[in-house]
Amino acid sequence: MSIDYIILIPIIPFLVFLLLGIFHKRIKPAVSGYVGVFGLLASAMLSFYAAYQYFFVSGKVYGVYQTFTEKSVWMNFTDTLHIDMGILIDPISVMMLVVVSVVSLMVHIYSRGYMKGDEGYTKFFAFLGLFTFSMYGLVLATNLFQIYIFWELVGVSSYLLIGYYYTKTSAIAAAKKAFIVTRFADFGFLIGIMIIGYYTGTFDFETLNNPEGSAIMNWAATSFMGLSVITWALIFIFIGGAGKSAMFPLHIWLPDAMEGPTPVSALIHAATMVVAGVFLVARLFPMFYFVEDGFALNIVAYVGAFSALFAAIIAITQTDIKRVLAFSTMSQLGYMMLALGVSGYEGHDGVGYMASMFHLFTHAMFKALLFLGAGSVIHAVHSNYLKDMGGLRKYMPITNITFLIAALAIAGVPPLAGFWSKDEILVAAFEHNKLIYYVGVFVAGLTAFYMFRLYFGIFWGKDTAYEHKPKESPLSMTFPLLVLAVLSIVGGLIPFSEFVTADKAGFEAHLNYPLAAIATGVGIIGIVLAWVFYKKENSLSDKYANAFGPLYKWACDKFYFDEIYMFVTKKIIFKRVSAPIAKFDKQIVDGTMEGIGNKTVVISKKIKGIQSGKVQDYAFAFVAGVVVVALVFIYLWTN
Amino acid sequence: MIEGITIYEILTVTTIIFFIGVYGFLTRKNLISILISVELILNASVVNFVVINKYLYPDMLQGVFFSIFIIAVAAAETALAISIIINLYRQISSVEVEDTEMMKH
Repeated sequence: MSIDYIILIPIIPFLVFLLLGIFHKRIKPAVSGYVGVFGLLASAMLSFYAAYQYFFVSGKVYGVYQTFTEKSVWMNFTDTLHIDMGILIDPISVMMLVVVSVVSLMVHIYSRGYMKGDEGYTKFFAFLGLFTFSMYGLVLATNLFQIYIFWELVGVSSYLLIGYYYTKTSAIAAAKKAFIVTRFADFGFLIGIMIIGYYTGTFDFETLNNPEGSAIMNWAATSFMGLSVITWALIFIFIGGAGKSAMFPLHIWLPDAMEGPTPVSALIHAATMVVAGVFLVARLFPMFYFVEDGFALNIVAYVGAFSALFAAIIAITQTDIKRVLAFSTMSQLGYMMLALGVSGYEGHDGVGYMASMFHLFTHAMFKALLFLGAGSVIHAVHSNYLKDMGGLRKYMPITNITFLIAALAIAGVPPLAGFWSKDEILVAAFEHNKLIYYVGVFVAGLTAFYMFRLYFGIFWGKDTAYEHKPKESPLSMTFPLLVLAVLSIVGGLIPFSEFVTADKAGFEAHLNYPLAAIATGVGIIGIVLAWVFYKKENSLSDKYANAFGPLYKWACDKFYFDEIYMFVTKKIIFKRVSAPIAKFDKQIVDGTMEGIGNKTVVISKKIKGIQSGKVQDYAFAFVAGVVVVALVFIYLWTN
Repeated sequence: MIEGITIYEILTVTTIIFFIGVYGFLTRKNLISILISVELILNASVVNFVVINKYLYPDMLQGVFFSIFIIAVAAAETALAISIIINLYRQISSVEVEDTEMMKH
């Protein structure tokens, strides 16, 4: 299979970025929208073609999907340790290409309507191009260092897009928060990369992931504090992944990131960038699984499960619709992580891995749809808050239907997309870890509940009297909604387990009827509860909120994690650690250097008088000096 | 080798010329005079080169070569100095060394 043309997939958005970025003052908004959309369309077509080629034309060799790479050495350290630049094609990267293409294309189309009339319209498309390029680069990376480069690029474009409304203080603060928190996590990732580079002598994914390779076979060679160093490296790498995927306790940036324009939230903070962490763990899955019997993988599982539960509880109480969706994203990412965490490697054992990727795929579709639907609502109502909404089904029929489909999909109602992937995740959890399974089922119920609280709150509930009658969004915005709605319905019917599995061989997945029934039942209970509470305006929800008392308040304030972070950073790190160090630096280190400088100035001022500017004075000094030296020599010679 | 004249006598003459040059360099106020004093210093050393070559190493020629070399360099240097002085005169209408203090800034 020729993979040369795949390099074009990231290159095209990059060219779009350069074109729009350099000439953003001279290009008319109408043109730049088309440039962005058609550039992305070309990339998307190539991605679909690549997927078709990979899965159906090239297909399996000896029952296993082949891995194709093309790379050139970029920096050479030793014979084995070098940083390459290239592309790697295997089932998950092909799948990610498709996901990124679909969501990004839809968001581009949607943005043409949503951002209409915005001052930085062209700039916005330039940033979207940069982001898409980085994301493609990330999924195609052949080695740890290349993925790290694109990882940071993705972070930068996320920063740029969150802070897109740069005149808003909260947007600037959110952008900085997102960047700093993820950057802090990436520091862990970097440490992990270095440990891997030092102990295994390679960054290359293929070499690292080979189950019979030296990296995996020799994991026990060196240990540190009771764990293999490779396990430590994987834990550090997971910290990086947890930062990007907003896992507890590095989740605090994601809700604030909703300050960005809604299409950005849909693209970056729901469907693509935030799954980079999941993708990273999946990319290194053989290492996570084989090294030290999956010790690091267990951490992934528990962090994922806890994040899923934690975020779902907070999501119930939030009143900003985008924040509800943000916490829902975090919760679903937790699902993907826990599925990876409970996965095995071969055949049907690897159902967790497959389910995680499957959920990533379906989640991208319905979560992008939810965000774009929320954007459509915000566009019509000009508010993010539930209290300003209600009864919108009469005004916005398409948004209503598509949002309902997405909500049903995420709640896991058959036969929509979310049902299939969530069911596989629960099967995997049930087979490997009962505790995580119960958490998963509970979260499934919570998910259905908060999602329908949102749905009923926006489209049913009280009949709000609107100042301006909200109207349905233009076609450029409803078209992506419809496409994604269709994908959310049929996405789950793809026989995913035949394509994307840990051992790349594929297996036949069967629906586990009892488990599916339980999950669906819990989901439906959640929906019914939401129906009772929020379908008509009533005081029932307030009554129950009061019944939970402090717990409700805590969840509403996100369990005070922002405050804890503020306390730790401001009161402890800044005040107790940074301030004294800064003082030391200013007064002692800088003081010494400045003292030397000041003394030099003082002395030179004093001796400046000697420099009279009269040539003959200098000549006299010179002659006198020669005479003195001559006398000294004569004196020394004669003795 | 000049009959009846020893090396000491010639060296005494060159030394006197040298110090006359130094004295003139330190005391004259006119840049042209200072330049002439510098020429005196140089010429004293040129004579020294020739004399020492002739009296001490009569079968060698380095001293003579050096003297020719110094004469050539001195000519170039004089041309340069004169051009600088002329330029200076155009700027400040003076060739007095005390009027050239602005160089210290």
